[in-house]
Amino acid sequence: MDIKAGLLKKDKRAAARLISMMENGEAEAVQIIKECYSMTGNARIIGITGPPGAGKSTVTDKLAKQLRKEGKQVGIVAVDPTSPFTGGAILGDRVRMTDLSCDPGVFIRSMGTRGALGGLSKAAHGAVKVLDIFGMDYIFIETVGVGQSEIDIVKLADTVVMVMVPGLGDDIQAIKAGIMEIGDIFAVNKSDRDGAERTAAEIEAMLDFNRSEEYRPPVLNIVARDNEGIEELLELIENHWDYQEKSGSYDQRKIRRLRTEIMDIFKDAVMKTVYDLSEDTNIIDELAQKVMDKQLDPYSASDRLMDEFTKKRLYNC
Amino acid sequence: MDRPIRVVVAKPGLDGHDRGAKVVARALRDAGMEVIYTGLRQTPEQIVETAIQEDADCVAMSILSGAHNHLFPRVVNLLREKGAEDILVVGGGVIPEDDIPGLISSGIAGIFTPGTPTSVTIDFIKANIKRK
Repeated sequence: MDIKAGLLKKDKRAAARLISMMENGEAEAVQIIKECYSMTGNARIIGITGPPGAGKSTVTDKLAKQLRKEGKQVGIVAVDPTSPFTGGAILGDRVRMTDLSCDPGVFIRSMGTRGALGGLSKAAHGAVKVLDIFGMDYIFIETVGVGQSEIDIVKLADTVVMVMVPGLGDDIQAIKAGIMEIGDIFAVNKSDRDGAERTAAEIEAMLDFNRSEEYRPPVLNIVARDNEGIEELLELIENHWDYQEKSGSYDQRKIRRLRTEIMDIFKDAVMKTVYDLSEDTNIIDELAQKVMDKQLDPYSASDRLMDEFTKKRLYNC
Repeated sequence: MDRPIRVVVAKPGLDGHDRGAKVVARALRDAGMEVIYTGLRQTPEQIVETAIQEDADCVAMSILSGAHNHLFPRVVNLLREKGAEDILVVGGGVIPEDDIPGLISSGIAGIFTPGTPTSVTIDFIKANIKRK
Protein backbone atom coordinates (compact mmCIF):
# COMPACT_ATOMS: atom_id res chain seq x y z
CA MET A 1 0.00 0.00 0.00
CA ASP A 2 1.35 3.41 -0.91
CA ILE A 3 0.24 5.11 2.26
CA LYS A 4 0.94 8.68 1.29
CA ALA A 5 -0.76 8.38 -2.09
CA GLY A 6 -3.71 6.69 -0.43
CA LEU A 7 -4.00 9.42 2.17
CA LEU A 8 -4.01 12.15 -0.46
CA LYS A 9 -6.62 10.23 -2.47
CA LYS A 10 -8.76 10.09 0.68
CA ASP A 11 -8.55 6.32 0.99
CA LYS A 12 -9.71 5.52 4.53
CA ARG A 13 -7.69 2.35 4.69
CA ALA A 14 -4.45 4.25 4.01
CA ALA A 15 -5.35 6.91 6.57
CA ALA A 16 -6.15 4.23 9.14
CA ARG A 17 -2.85 2.50 8.49
CA LEU A 18 -0.95 5.76 8.80
CA ILE A 19 -2.59 6.45 12.16
CA SER A 20 -1.45 3.00 13.34
CA MET A 21 2.06 3.68 12.13
CA MET A 22 2.09 6.96 14.07
CA GLU A 23 0.83 5.08 17.13
CA ASN A 24 3.63 2.60 16.78
CA GLY A 25 6.23 5.34 16.36
CA GLU A 26 7.29 4.30 12.87
CA ALA A 27 9.79 6.64 11.24
CA GLU A 28 8.16 6.22 7.83
CA ALA A 29 4.92 7.64 9.21
CA VAL A 30 6.66 10.68 10.66
CA GLN A 31 8.30 11.24 7.29
CA ILE A 32 4.92 11.27 5.55
CA ILE A 33 3.53 13.75 8.07
CA LYS A 34 6.58 15.96 7.57
CA GLU A 35 5.99 15.94 3.83
CA CYS A 36 2.29 16.71 4.20
CA TYR A 37 2.45 19.12 7.13
CA SER A 38 1.58 22.14 5.00
CA MET A 39 -1.76 20.50 4.37
CA THR A 40 -2.75 20.65 8.04
CA GLY A 41 -4.49 23.56 9.69
CA ASN A 42 -7.89 23.40 8.04
CA ALA A 43 -9.70 21.35 10.60
CA ARG A 44 -11.25 22.74 13.76
CA ILE A 45 -10.26 20.60 16.68
CA ILE A 46 -12.80 20.19 19.44
CA GLY A 47 -11.87 18.46 22.68
CA ILE A 48 -14.64 16.61 24.51
CA THR A 49 -13.71 15.79 28.07
CA GLY A 50 -15.27 15.19 31.46
CA PRO A 51 -15.80 12.51 34.08
CA PRO A 52 -16.54 8.91 33.12
CA GLY A 53 -20.20 8.32 32.35
CA ALA A 54 -20.96 11.97 31.63
CA GLY A 55 -21.98 11.10 28.07
CA LYS A 56 -18.99 12.31 26.08
CA SER A 57 -19.38 9.74 23.32
CA THR A 58 -23.08 10.46 22.95
CA VAL A 59 -22.44 14.20 22.85
CA THR A 60 -19.75 13.64 20.21
CA ASP A 61 -22.09 11.44 18.19
CA LYS A 62 -24.87 14.04 18.23
CA LEU A 63 -22.56 16.95 17.42
CA ALA A 64 -21.10 14.99 14.52
CA LYS A 65 -24.55 14.21 13.17
CA GLN A 66 -25.53 17.85 13.34
CA LEU A 67 -22.38 18.84 11.47
CA ARG A 68 -23.07 16.18 8.86
CA LYS A 69 -26.46 17.79 8.25
CA GLU A 70 -24.50 20.96 7.49
CA GLY A 71 -22.39 19.06 4.98
CA LYS A 72 -19.22 19.05 7.04
CA GLN A 73 -16.71 16.20 7.09
CA VAL A 74 -16.04 14.95 10.60
CA GLY A 75 -13.21 13.02 12.19
CA ILE A 76 -13.45 11.54 15.67
CA VAL A 77 -10.60 10.26 17.80
CA ALA A 78 -11.94 8.43 20.85
CA VAL A 79 -9.45 7.59 23.57
CA ASP A 80 -10.02 4.98 26.28
CA PRO A 81 -7.67 3.84 29.04
CA THR A 82 -5.02 1.22 28.43
CA SER A 83 -4.46 -1.20 31.30
CA PRO A 84 -1.12 -0.44 32.94
CA PHE A 85 -0.82 -4.14 33.79
CA THR A 86 -1.65 -5.92 30.56
CA GLY A 87 -1.18 -3.22 27.94
CA GLY A 88 -4.63 -4.06 26.61
CA ALA A 89 -7.73 -1.91 26.37
CA ILE A 90 -11.45 -2.04 25.73
CA LEU A 91 -12.12 0.77 23.28
CA GLY A 92 -15.84 1.10 23.61
CA ASP A 93 -16.69 4.65 22.57
CA ARG A 94 -17.78 3.54 19.10
CA VAL A 95 -20.74 1.78 20.67
CA ARG A 96 -22.39 5.18 21.02
CA MET A 97 -21.65 6.14 17.42
CA THR A 98 -22.96 3.17 15.47
CA ASP A 99 -25.04 5.22 13.02
CA LEU A 100 -21.94 7.08 11.93
CA SER A 101 -19.91 3.97 11.02
CA CYS A 102 -21.04 3.87 7.42
CA ASP A 103 -21.31 7.60 6.83
CA PRO A 104 -18.71 8.32 4.14
CA GLY A 105 -18.12 11.79 5.56
CA VAL A 106 -17.10 10.48 8.97
CA PHE A 107 -13.93 8.76 10.17
CA ILE A 108 -13.85 7.32 13.69
CA ARG A 109 -10.68 6.02 15.29
CA SER A 110 -10.45 4.48 18.74
CA MET A 111 -7.17 4.66 20.62
CA GLY A 112 -5.81 3.44 23.92
CA THR A 113 -3.85 5.80 26.14
CA ARG A 114 -0.91 3.34 25.90
CA GLY A 115 0.83 4.56 29.02
CA ALA A 116 0.15 8.28 28.87
CA LEU A 117 -1.28 9.70 32.08
CA GLY A 118 -3.14 12.84 31.06
CA GLY A 119 -6.16 11.24 29.43
CA LEU A 120 -4.83 11.32 25.88
CA SER A 121 -2.38 9.12 24.05
CA LYS A 122 0.71 10.73 22.57
CA ALA A 123 -0.34 9.37 19.24
CA ALA A 124 -3.55 11.38 19.36
CA HIS A 125 -1.60 14.32 17.97
CA GLY A 126 -0.55 12.17 15.05
CA ALA A 127 -4.07 10.93 14.47
CA VAL A 128 -5.39 14.49 14.40
CA LYS A 129 -2.80 15.50 11.82
CA VAL A 130 -3.68 12.53 9.62
CA LEU A 131 -7.39 13.39 9.76
CA ASP A 132 -6.61 17.05 9.09
CA ILE A 133 -4.56 16.15 6.00
CA PHE A 134 -7.32 13.72 5.01
CA GLY A 135 -9.62 16.73 4.73
CA MET A 136 -11.82 16.74 7.79
CA ASP A 137 -13.53 20.03 8.61
CA TYR A 138 -14.00 19.18 12.27
CA ILE A 139 -12.07 16.73 14.42
CA PHE A 140 -13.42 15.70 17.80
CA ILE A 141 -11.03 14.31 20.37
CA GLU A 142 -12.78 12.48 23.10
CA THR A 143 -10.59 11.83 26.09
CA VAL A 144 -10.62 9.47 28.98
CA GLY A 145 -12.47 11.16 31.80
CA VAL A 146 -9.72 11.02 34.36
CA GLY A 147 -11.68 13.47 36.40
CA GLN A 148 -9.02 15.80 37.66
CA SER A 149 -6.42 16.73 35.15
CA GLU A 150 -7.45 16.50 31.54
CA ILE A 151 -4.46 18.67 30.78
CA ASP A 152 -3.46 16.86 27.64
CA ILE A 153 -6.59 17.91 25.79
CA VAL A 154 -5.59 21.56 26.05
CA LYS A 155 -2.39 20.78 24.16
CA LEU A 156 -4.42 19.69 21.21
CA ALA A 157 -7.83 21.33 20.97
CA ASP A 158 -8.96 24.73 19.71
CA THR A 159 -12.05 24.49 21.92
CA VAL A 160 -12.53 22.26 24.96
CA VAL A 161 -16.06 21.20 25.86
CA MET A 162 -16.32 19.94 29.42
CA VAL A 163 -19.22 17.53 29.73
CA MET A 164 -20.51 17.41 33.28
CA VAL A 165 -23.34 15.48 34.84
CA PRO A 166 -25.58 16.27 37.82
CA GLY A 167 -25.21 14.48 41.09
CA LEU A 168 -21.56 13.46 40.86
CA GLY A 169 -20.82 14.18 44.48
CA ASP A 170 -20.31 17.60 45.94
CA ASP A 171 -19.16 20.87 44.51
CA ILE A 172 -15.62 20.11 45.60
CA GLN A 173 -15.26 17.89 42.54
CA ALA A 174 -16.02 20.85 40.37
CA ILE A 175 -13.43 23.15 41.81
CA LYS A 176 -10.48 20.80 41.88
CA ALA A 177 -7.67 22.21 39.83
CA GLY A 178 -7.74 21.43 36.19
CA ILE A 179 -11.40 20.96 35.46
CA MET A 180 -12.53 24.54 35.83
CA GLU A 181 -9.46 25.96 34.20
CA ILE A 182 -9.60 24.13 30.93
CA GLY A 183 -13.22 24.20 29.80
CA ASP A 184 -14.13 26.73 27.13
CA ILE A 185 -17.72 25.53 27.26
CA PHE A 186 -19.46 23.59 30.02
CA ALA A 187 -22.27 21.25 29.03
CA VAL A 188 -24.35 19.75 31.82
CA ASN A 189 -25.56 16.55 30.21
CA LYS A 190 -28.39 14.31 31.41
CA SER A 191 -29.94 17.54 32.59
CA ASP A 192 -33.34 15.84 32.84
CA ARG A 193 -32.01 14.38 36.07
CA ASP A 194 -32.36 15.91 39.53
CA GLY A 195 -29.73 18.39 40.42
CA ALA A 196 -29.01 19.71 36.94
CA GLU A 197 -29.92 23.30 37.80
CA ARG A 198 -27.79 23.11 40.89
CA THR A 199 -24.81 21.71 38.99
CA ALA A 200 -25.07 24.49 36.41
CA ALA A 201 -25.30 27.08 39.19
CA GLU A 202 -22.24 25.66 40.94
CA ILE A 203 -20.24 25.84 37.75
CA GLU A 204 -21.33 29.45 37.21
CA ALA A 205 -20.30 30.26 40.77
CA MET A 206 -16.86 28.74 40.24
CA LEU A 207 -16.49 30.65 37.01
CA ASP A 208 -17.22 33.86 38.90
CA PHE A 209 -14.15 33.17 41.01
CA ASN A 210 -11.80 31.80 38.43
CA ARG A 211 -12.12 34.01 35.44
CA SER A 212 -11.28 37.62 34.90
CA GLU A 213 -10.70 37.39 31.17
CA GLU A 214 -12.84 38.70 28.35
CA TYR A 215 -14.23 35.32 27.50
CA ARG A 216 -16.48 33.70 30.08
CA PRO A 217 -17.18 30.03 29.35
CA PRO A 218 -20.90 29.51 28.87
CA VAL A 219 -22.78 26.81 30.76
CA LEU A 220 -25.47 24.90 28.88
CA ASN A 221 -27.93 22.24 30.02
CA ILE A 222 -28.38 19.46 27.47
CA VAL A 223 -29.82 15.99 27.14
CA ALA A 224 -27.60 14.47 24.47
CA ARG A 225 -29.51 11.21 24.29
CA ASP A 226 -32.61 13.13 23.16
CA ASN A 227 -30.61 15.54 21.00
CA GLU A 228 -31.68 18.43 23.24
CA GLY A 229 -29.34 21.38 23.29
CA ILE A 230 -27.03 19.99 20.64
CA GLU A 231 -27.63 22.74 18.09
CA GLU A 232 -27.11 25.31 20.82
CA LEU A 233 -23.88 23.60 21.86
CA LEU A 234 -22.62 23.74 18.32
CA GLU A 235 -23.46 27.45 18.22
CA LEU A 236 -21.43 27.99 21.38
CA ILE A 237 -18.50 26.17 19.77
CA GLU A 238 -18.81 28.48 16.74
CA ASN A 239 -18.97 31.49 19.06
CA HIS A 240 -15.79 30.43 20.79
CA TRP A 241 -14.07 30.12 17.45
CA ASP A 242 -15.26 33.60 16.40
CA TYR A 243 -14.13 35.05 19.71
CA GLN A 244 -10.66 33.55 19.32
CA GLU A 245 -10.29 34.87 15.80
CA LYS A 246 -11.51 38.37 16.59
CA SER A 247 -9.55 38.76 19.80
CA GLY A 248 -6.31 37.34 18.44
CA SER A 249 -6.24 34.78 21.23
CA TYR A 250 -6.30 31.97 18.69
CA ASP A 251 -2.75 32.71 17.62
CA GLN A 252 -1.53 33.07 21.21
CA ARG A 253 -3.09 29.78 22.17
CA LYS A 254 -1.82 28.02 19.08
CA ILE A 255 1.76 29.19 19.61
CA ARG A 256 1.64 27.93 23.19
CA ARG A 257 0.39 24.57 21.95
CA LEU A 258 3.07 24.32 19.30
CA ARG A 259 5.77 25.12 21.84
CA THR A 260 4.51 22.34 24.07
CA GLU A 261 4.22 19.96 21.15
CA ILE A 262 7.81 20.53 20.04
CA MET A 263 9.04 19.98 23.59
CA ASP A 264 7.00 16.79 23.94
CA ILE A 265 8.29 15.37 20.66
CA PHE A 266 11.82 16.30 21.69
CA LYS A 267 11.45 14.62 25.09
CA ASP A 268 10.30 11.45 23.36
CA ALA A 269 13.28 11.56 21.03
CA VAL A 270 15.65 11.93 23.98
CA MET A 271 14.05 9.02 25.80
CA LYS A 272 14.26 6.89 22.70
CA THR A 273 17.99 7.51 22.50
CA VAL A 274 18.36 6.57 26.15
CA TYR A 275 16.40 3.35 25.61
CA ASP A 276 18.52 2.52 22.57
CA LEU A 277 21.62 3.18 24.68
CA SER A 278 20.43 0.93 27.44
CA GLU A 279 19.63 -1.84 24.98
CA ASP A 280 23.04 -1.68 23.37
CA THR A 281 25.19 -1.31 26.45
CA ASN A 282 23.48 -2.33 29.73
CA ILE A 283 24.67 0.99 31.03
CA ILE A 284 21.67 1.66 33.21
CA ASP A 285 21.99 -1.73 34.90
CA GLU A 286 25.68 -1.05 35.47
CA LEU A 287 25.00 2.36 36.92
CA ALA A 288 22.25 0.97 39.16
CA GLN A 289 24.66 -1.66 40.47
CA LYS A 290 27.33 0.98 41.15
CA VAL A 291 24.81 3.04 43.12
CA MET A 292 23.73 -0.10 44.97
CA ASP A 293 27.37 -0.79 45.85
CA LYS A 294 27.72 2.84 46.96
CA GLN A 295 30.40 3.50 44.35
CA LEU A 296 28.19 6.24 42.99
CA ASP A 297 25.22 8.31 44.07
CA PRO A 298 22.14 8.50 41.80
CA TYR A 299 22.86 12.09 40.76
CA SER A 300 26.38 11.25 39.59
CA ALA A 301 24.97 8.17 37.87
CA SER A 302 22.66 10.45 35.96
CA ASP A 303 25.61 12.67 35.03
CA ARG A 304 27.42 9.62 33.62
CA LEU A 305 24.33 8.68 31.67
CA MET A 306 24.20 12.21 30.27
CA ASP A 307 27.83 11.85 29.09
CA GLU A 308 27.06 8.56 27.34
CA PHE A 309 23.94 10.03 25.82
CA THR A 310 25.87 13.01 24.46
CA LYS A 311 28.55 10.74 23.01
CA LYS A 312 25.92 8.61 21.35
CA ARG A 313 24.21 11.61 19.80
CA LEU A 314 27.53 13.09 18.62
CA TYR A 315 29.01 10.00 17.10
CA ASN A 316 26.15 7.65 16.32
CA CYS A 317 23.39 9.70 14.84
CA MET B 1 5.74 -8.01 18.37
CA ASP B 2 5.88 -4.68 20.13
CA ARG B 3 2.50 -3.27 19.31
CA PRO B 4 -0.90 -4.32 20.65
CA ILE B 5 -3.03 -6.46 18.39
CA ARG B 6 -6.24 -4.64 17.48
CA VAL B 7 -9.41 -6.71 17.40
CA VAL B 8 -12.92 -5.61 16.49
CA VAL B 9 -15.45 -7.56 18.55
CA ALA B 10 -18.84 -7.34 16.93
CA LYS B 11 -22.30 -8.84 17.13
CA PRO B 12 -23.84 -8.87 13.67
CA GLY B 13 -27.55 -9.11 13.09
CA LEU B 14 -30.46 -9.08 15.49
CA ASP B 15 -29.01 -10.94 18.42
CA GLY B 16 -29.04 -9.33 21.83
CA HIS B 17 -27.00 -11.80 23.86
CA ASP B 18 -23.68 -10.15 24.42
CA ARG B 19 -22.35 -11.78 27.56
CA GLY B 20 -20.11 -14.11 25.56
CA ALA B 21 -18.76 -11.31 23.42
CA LYS B 22 -17.98 -9.29 26.53
CA VAL B 23 -16.20 -12.22 28.14
CA VAL B 24 -14.04 -12.64 25.06
CA ALA B 25 -13.44 -8.87 24.85
CA ARG B 26 -12.19 -8.80 28.44
CA ALA B 27 -10.00 -11.84 27.89
CA LEU B 28 -8.43 -10.25 24.83
CA ARG B 29 -7.81 -7.06 26.78
CA ASP B 30 -6.16 -9.03 29.56
CA ALA B 31 -3.96 -10.62 26.93
CA GLY B 32 -2.72 -7.16 25.96
CA MET B 33 -4.92 -6.53 22.94
CA GLU B 34 -6.81 -3.39 22.04
CA VAL B 35 -10.44 -4.42 21.62
CA ILE B 36 -12.75 -2.19 19.64
CA TYR B 37 -16.08 -3.26 21.03
CA THR B 38 -18.85 -2.27 18.66
CA GLY B 39 -21.89 -3.57 20.49
CA LEU B 40 -25.12 -5.06 19.24
CA ARG B 41 -27.01 -5.10 15.96
CA GLN B 42 -24.16 -4.38 13.63
CA THR B 43 -24.64 -4.85 9.93
CA PRO B 44 -21.83 -6.51 7.97
CA GLU B 45 -21.23 -3.14 6.30
CA GLN B 46 -20.77 -1.44 9.68
CA ILE B 47 -18.41 -4.15 10.90
CA VAL B 48 -16.24 -3.93 7.79
CA GLU B 49 -16.14 -0.13 7.83
CA THR B 50 -15.17 -0.22 11.49
CA ALA B 51 -12.41 -2.75 10.84
CA ILE B 52 -11.00 -0.54 8.11
CA GLN B 53 -11.08 2.73 10.05
CA GLU B 54 -9.64 1.05 13.10
CA ASP B 55 -6.91 -0.70 11.07
CA ALA B 56 -7.90 -3.91 12.81
CA ASP B 57 -5.77 -7.05 12.71
CA CYS B 58 -8.77 -9.24 13.42
CA VAL B 59 -12.56 -9.21 13.36
CA ALA B 60 -14.15 -11.47 15.98
CA MET B 61 -17.89 -11.97 15.64
CA SER B 62 -20.41 -13.56 17.94
CA ILE B 63 -23.80 -14.85 16.84
CA LEU B 64 -26.32 -16.81 18.85
CA SER B 65 -29.27 -16.28 16.53
CA GLY B 66 -28.42 -18.87 13.90
CA ALA B 67 -27.70 -16.38 11.15
CA HIS B 68 -23.99 -17.18 10.99
CA ASN B 69 -24.05 -18.94 7.65
CA HIS B 70 -25.28 -15.77 6.02
CA LEU B 71 -23.63 -13.04 8.07
CA PHE B 72 -20.13 -14.42 8.65
CA PRO B 73 -19.28 -15.04 4.96
CA ARG B 74 -20.86 -11.68 4.06
CA VAL B 75 -18.33 -9.94 6.29
CA VAL B 76 -15.46 -11.91 4.71
CA ASN B 77 -16.65 -10.99 1.23
CA LEU B 78 -17.08 -7.32 2.04
CA LEU B 79 -13.57 -7.22 3.50
CA ARG B 80 -12.26 -8.72 0.27
CA GLU B 81 -14.18 -6.19 -1.82
CA LYS B 82 -12.60 -3.37 0.15
CA GLY B 83 -9.10 -4.76 -0.27
CA ALA B 84 -8.89 -5.73 3.39
CA GLU B 85 -8.59 -9.49 3.05
CA ASP B 86 -5.51 -9.44 5.27
CA ILE B 87 -7.76 -8.95 8.30
CA LEU B 88 -8.19 -12.23 10.20
CA VAL B 89 -11.85 -13.18 10.70
CA VAL B 90 -12.93 -15.46 13.54
CA GLY B 91 -16.31 -16.26 15.00
CA GLY B 92 -18.11 -17.84 17.91
CA GLY B 93 -21.50 -18.37 19.45
CA VAL B 94 -24.17 -20.96 18.84
CA ILE B 95 -22.75 -22.64 15.76
CA PRO B 96 -23.53 -26.27 14.96
CA GLU B 97 -20.52 -28.54 14.24
CA ASP B 98 -21.91 -29.32 10.79
CA ASP B 99 -21.76 -25.66 9.77
CA ILE B 100 -18.13 -25.18 10.71
CA PRO B 101 -16.44 -26.65 7.58
CA GLY B 102 -18.61 -24.44 5.35
CA LEU B 103 -17.69 -21.35 7.34
CA ILE B 104 -13.99 -22.20 7.26
CA SER B 105 -14.01 -22.68 3.52
CA SER B 106 -15.77 -19.35 3.07
CA GLY B 107 -12.90 -17.61 4.81
CA ILE B 108 -13.55 -17.64 8.55
CA ALA B 109 -10.19 -18.66 9.97
CA GLY B 110 -11.46 -20.12 13.21
CA ILE B 111 -14.71 -20.89 15.00
CA PHE B 112 -14.73 -20.91 18.81
CA THR B 113 -17.93 -22.32 20.26
CA PRO B 114 -19.11 -22.20 23.88
CA GLY B 115 -16.77 -24.04 26.22
CA THR B 116 -13.65 -23.08 24.31
CA PRO B 117 -11.12 -21.67 26.77
CA THR B 118 -10.40 -18.04 25.97
CA SER B 119 -6.69 -18.90 25.91
CA VAL B 120 -7.32 -21.00 22.80
CA THR B 121 -8.91 -18.04 21.03
CA ILE B 122 -6.14 -15.71 22.17
CA ASP B 123 -3.36 -18.03 21.01
CA PHE B 124 -5.08 -18.55 17.69
CA ILE B 125 -5.38 -14.84 17.03
CA LYS B 126 -1.77 -14.21 18.01
CA ALA B 127 -0.54 -16.99 15.77
CA ASN B 128 -2.63 -16.15 12.73
CA ILE B 129 -2.75 -12.40 12.25
CA LYS B 130 -1.13 -11.35 9.03
CA ARG B 131 0.81 -8.23 10.02
CA LYS B 132 3.40 -8.57 12.76
